[in-house]
Amino acid sequence: MSASDSLYQDAIKQFAKADHGHGQLAQASGESKLDNRLCGDRVRMQVALGGDGIVAVAHETKGCLLCRAAASVIGVHAAGKNQASIDAVVQALEAMLKDGAPVPHDWPELSMFEPARAHVSRHKCVLLPFQALREALQKSAVTDAST
Amino acid sequence: MNADATALRAEFPLLAAAPELHYLDSAATSQIHRSALDAVLHHETTSRANVSRGTYRLAEAADLAYENARRSVARFLNAASADEIVFTSGATASLNLVAHAFGNTLQAGDRVLISEAEHHSNFVPWQMLRDRIGIDLAVIPVTADGRLDLAQLSERMGSRCRLVALTHCSNVTGEWTDVDTVVAAAHQVGARVLLDGAQAVPHGPQDVRALGVDFYAFSGHKCFGPGAIGVLWGRQKLLAAMPPFLGGGGMIGEVTPTRSTWAEPPHRFEAGTPPIAQAVGLGAALDWMLSLPWPAIHAREKALCQALIEGLKRIPDLRLLGIDTTTSNSKRAPIVSFDIPGLHPHDICQVLDAHHLALRGGHHCAQPLLAALGVEGCTRASIALYNDTADIDALLAALDVARRELT
Repeated sequence: MSASDSLYQDAIKQFAKADHGHGQLAQASGESKLDNRLCGDRVRMQVALGGDGIVAVAHETKGCLLCRAAASVIGVHAAGKNQASIDAVVQALEAMLKDGAPVPHDWPELSMFEPARAHVSRHKCVLLPFQALREALQKSAVTDAST
Repeated sequence: MNADATALRAEFPLLAAAPELHYLDSAATSQIHRSALDAVLHHETTSRANVSRGTYRLAEAADLAYENARRSVARFLNAASADEIVFTSGATASLNLVAHAFGNTLQAGDRVLISEAEHHSNFVPWQMLRDRIGIDLAVIPVTADGRLDLAQLSERMGSRCRLVALTHCSNVTGEWTDVDTVVAAAHQVGARVLLDGAQAVPHGPQDVRALGVDFYAFSGHKCFGPGAIGVLWGRQKLLAAMPPFLGGGGMIGEVTPTRSTWAEPPHRFEAGTPPIAQAVGLGAALDWMLSLPWPAIHAREKALCQALIEGLKRIPDLRLLGIDTTTSNSKRAPIVSFDIPGLHPHDICQVLDAHHLALRGGHHCAQPLLAALGVEGCTRASIALYNDTADIDALLAALDVARRELT
């Protein structure tokens, strides 16, 4: 097996292709745009808040398979989560990529990124959508606090 | 001197130790030649001391080695004098030096002309200068195949153009700039010409006097020398008329509590302890390059480039960026970038890496050029004198694998 075989497993390609959560929200509580300075990939992430957390999420992602698959996972799982649980999943994902820590049980698809551990230059590809999500939430919180 | 790629490859310790490696990223960083490594080691173990400061014998040996390196660079560029050679930390630093020091001789409204094909290092310093003192920054567009649209040169230059700063050779398309046309037009309106030679120097010695330009910048790590060393060549009268860029030790005539005077160039522009061992290593690399049979090397680089382009054109939907030299008589340096719709350059490069192929994918620090060409990223194969047909064959075979694996 080549070093890249396990990285580009079908799950990643399918999630990237499905592009769950792609689009824009009619009314967003917060929005962020993050670039990967290495390659110019870009994630625009929007969140709508209500009640205790995220009601809806939408993203426009221009990136590699890893980046698009990660954004697509967010499209599946982010709704219903709050800021604290998103912070926790980002930390868990960072720990998985850095140290091989287990992925959160309620985000099981993140395990498909485990082969990316061996490719440090690609960690940012996986993390970029999650960092964009966290920033969009932080901007929502600032907006909430100021209104 | 043997121009055979196998023999040349054996002179590069990293490549000799990794026979399976197909290194096709020399436009980002070339491999370092044994002579440069040996020179650095020899200097650091026999002559290590600061330069232009000490009077003891070891310091004099360091001075001699450093100034000999300056003479090697002057020979490589056919400069009129070694005093025209300024050592910097790289081409980026050289370009920033001109943007600050020459830039400080400009006034608001003076024009600096660059092109869409520039590396960010020849874009951003001029944008910063524009924001600092109000120069008028104009940009020559590129044609659909990435060539500078020199039909617009005179119009873009205008009457207040003071500097034309262009790449000598594109780091994305391998396109060589028509320097004769640019120099003639620039000098007609009294403008100076700066060439970013970072991608030109790996393909042989340059002749700044024949080029007719006024400044020339390049990096050591792209021409088989050490990293963290670069060169700015400038005409002596121009350098002498420029204020310093950075202040500190080594660049002064006299310092009093209230004022300072400046050393003559090149030392005026080398504040602080310079990259001494790196300069010595660069000098050795350039001396080695001067000994090579360049016509034979150019012929092989061109043949490899043509074979690569021919092979890439057989891949469905692949878009070659830059001119197609298999159907045109135009020249290009052996730098070939391409886009395969639906496949991200980083994913392609990841698969290629698994096949021991080292290529760069992304925006190549040339986002304005890629935007003009209608792509956000691309995959680049850059060929150097140690590459051979096995590298091209391996790349084309692995691209087939990548297309299957990524879709």
